[in-house]
Amino acid sequence: MSSPKTLFEKVWDAHVVRPESSDTPAVLYIDLHLIHEVTSPQAFSELRQRGLKVRRPDRTLGTMDHSTPTTPRNALGIIPVIDPQAINQLDQLRKNCAEFGITLFELGSLNQGIVHVIGPEQGLTQPGMTIVCGDSHTSTHGAFGALAFGIGTSEVGHVLATQCLLQYQPKTCAVRVEGQLQAGVGAKDIILALIAKYGVGGGTGHVFEYMGSAIRALSMEERMTICNMSIEGGARAGMVAPDETTFAYVAGRPYAPQGAAFDAAVARWRRLPSDEGAQFDREMTLDANHLAPMITYGTNPAMGIPIDAPVPTLADMPDAPSRQALDAALAYMGFEPGRPLLGHPIDVVFLGSCTNSRISDLRTAAALMKDRKVAAGVRVLVVPGSQRVKRQAEEEGLDAIFTAAGAEWREAGCSACLGMNDDKVPPGKYAISSSNRNFVGRQGPGARTLLASPLTAAAAAVTGCVTDPRTMIK
Amino acid sequence: MEPITTINGKAVALPIENIDTDQVIPASYLKVTDKAGLAEGLFQAWRYLPDGSLNPDFALNRPEALGATILVAGRNFGCGSSREHAPWALQGYGFRAVVAPAFADIFRNNALKIGLLPVTIDEESYHELLSHIEEDPATMIEIDLPNQRLIMPGGRAVPFPIDGFARHCLVHGVDQLGFLQQQEDAIAAFESQHAVAVNTLQPN
Ligand code: SF4
Repeated sequence: MSSPKTLFEKVWDAHVVRPESSDTPAVLYIDLHLIHEVTSPQAFSELRQRGLKVRRPDRTLGTMDHSTPTTPRNALGIIPVIDPQAINQLDQLRKNCAEFGITLFELGSLNQGIVHVIGPEQGLTQPGMTIVCGDSHTSTHGAFGALAFGIGTSEVGHVLATQCLLQYQPKTCAVRVEGQLQAGVGAKDIILALIAKYGVGGGTGHVFEYMGSAIRALSMEERMTICNMSIEGGARAGMVAPDETTFAYVAGRPYAPQGAAFDAAVARWRRLPSDEGAQFDREMTLDANHLAPMITYGTNPAMGIPIDAPVPTLADMPDAPSRQALDAALAYMGFEPGRPLLGHPIDVVFLGSCTNSRISDLRTAAALMKDRKVAAGVRVLVVPGSQRVKRQAEEEGLDAIFTAAGAEWREAGCSACLGMNDDKVPPGKYAISSSNRNFVGRQGPGARTLLASPLTAAAAAVTGCVTDPRTMIK
Repeated sequence: MEPITTINGKAVALPIENIDTDQVIPASYLKVTDKAGLAEGLFQAWRYLPDGSLNPDFALNRPEALGATILVAGRNFGCGSSREHAPWALQGYGFRAVVAPAFADIFRNNALKIGLLPVTIDEESYHELLSHIEEDPATMIEIDLPNQRLIMPGGRAVPFPIDGFARHCLVHGVDQLGFLQQQEDAIAAFESQHAVAVNTLQPN
């Protein structure tokens, strides 16, 4: 009998075209390559220069998300793109996809949306696959038990031309989250707490496999939130073993296998979970029972605290570099060490991004905001992750709840997550954001970002300040 | 790609941990469809004052740092996004190597692909290097890639790891896509026995 294997090892082994040797990395086959307008143009230029074709247009798919506006449609039902550079980027993607025969989810079409939202939504993301995209949050797709990770533009070119990547096998890390979450605490709080515990470089060189009772109890969308932010913990990818929750989610989606083919696929997918006794290189743990809603106070995602805790002081820091980092972060954020964040005024609330813009995130936020009003002076942007999420939300009347409260209901895209379009947080202003990065200037020059769950963001929208959402839910 | 063997150059230090790729190059510069103008956006928030003029206090802007080709930075350099624009911007500015106690995975990969050398050294040597640069802002160091060592100002050689394949490609100017293309037979053989349930050209 062969030795027990982890989920990661099973997926890796099934995609090795040529094994790693002492002189060369492994040649790894890629099942699905997602592309978008920002990280692909230079790769297509490279292909043209070398006179190469896209090897597998049938394994490649493009969408528009990063530089697209999310402003409401005009009278003709068109999302107007005004920024000339964005127009150019989108045109290039259209041209590249047309010339190389790649399916493109066009801006404003029902299929378009953030690349990590549309993959799972369309059933393109399936257990056991290898998935890459020129985007670090490709780790999201690992929620299905796929090996999914972000690559640079040179590598986008490699995959376009050969459907393969040169890779050294990463190490594995078991991330055990046991226990039961309290009401008002969710997947986003799990991942923020984990990163706060192990640091932004904690997972470097590793692929996380999330396991334990708290993970098993999560829906697919919640698992995606967790896998999404694996990269914020430094990991190359994050994975969750597929189970009945996974199969039920994939079933019936447009690109998923149907009928007998689906049953056969499920039979294969059932063999993917890590074997009993499989060895991991490392282990991390988190207790879900005592978790509070989390919020960040600083300028990297590991600078997070339970929402009712004070901001750390220099004395809490283990070494000089972390004291320096804390000092710089607090100066940028305008926070005092040792003081609580609760009650701190907020200017902008951003509900969106590939971390938290799916239908369940919008439902959670809407449930809290129903029959309540956005606090005076607060701008609330609600940006669905995809056009399908938008339509679903509208069918459920969620848009009406948001707009009645005084929030803006937008078109799908990355929006204020990275501030590439006009959706930005003004300099010096405070934003509670359901996104994944609070880096200096991430949401616009001088923007001060507090990362939190969609529920915590919704609570702040209503009160106008940092608020423990547990005090606002029935 | 130009072969790299030895890099002799002036070092400039940014002794900060977890410098993320949004700091290296902010998103507003990612709207290009080539690599033009990226060097201008390098470390934008630090390098420029709000009025757009150069910030005289920022390490790269000090007169002694002019012409530096080696960046020395804190642990976990390049964390965050996968944007290759980050190493492009560093290279466009004139850097040929980044020295740090640790790099984020994707940045390291991206840098190796374009011939911007990521040099990982131990913490102790890193701090020694920082004090050299503090004492003499025009500190020169040598990076000897074939022998995988960084020569400190005093002459001490500090070994650094790099995978043999990347080293081979950099030293000989071999391009990795070319290597992958040579695997065509193996790829075709793999594809013939590897079923994928997804066809992006048509929904099921
Ligand atoms: S939503 Fe944010 S993190 Fe996600 S793909 Fe878009 S820019 Fe990246």
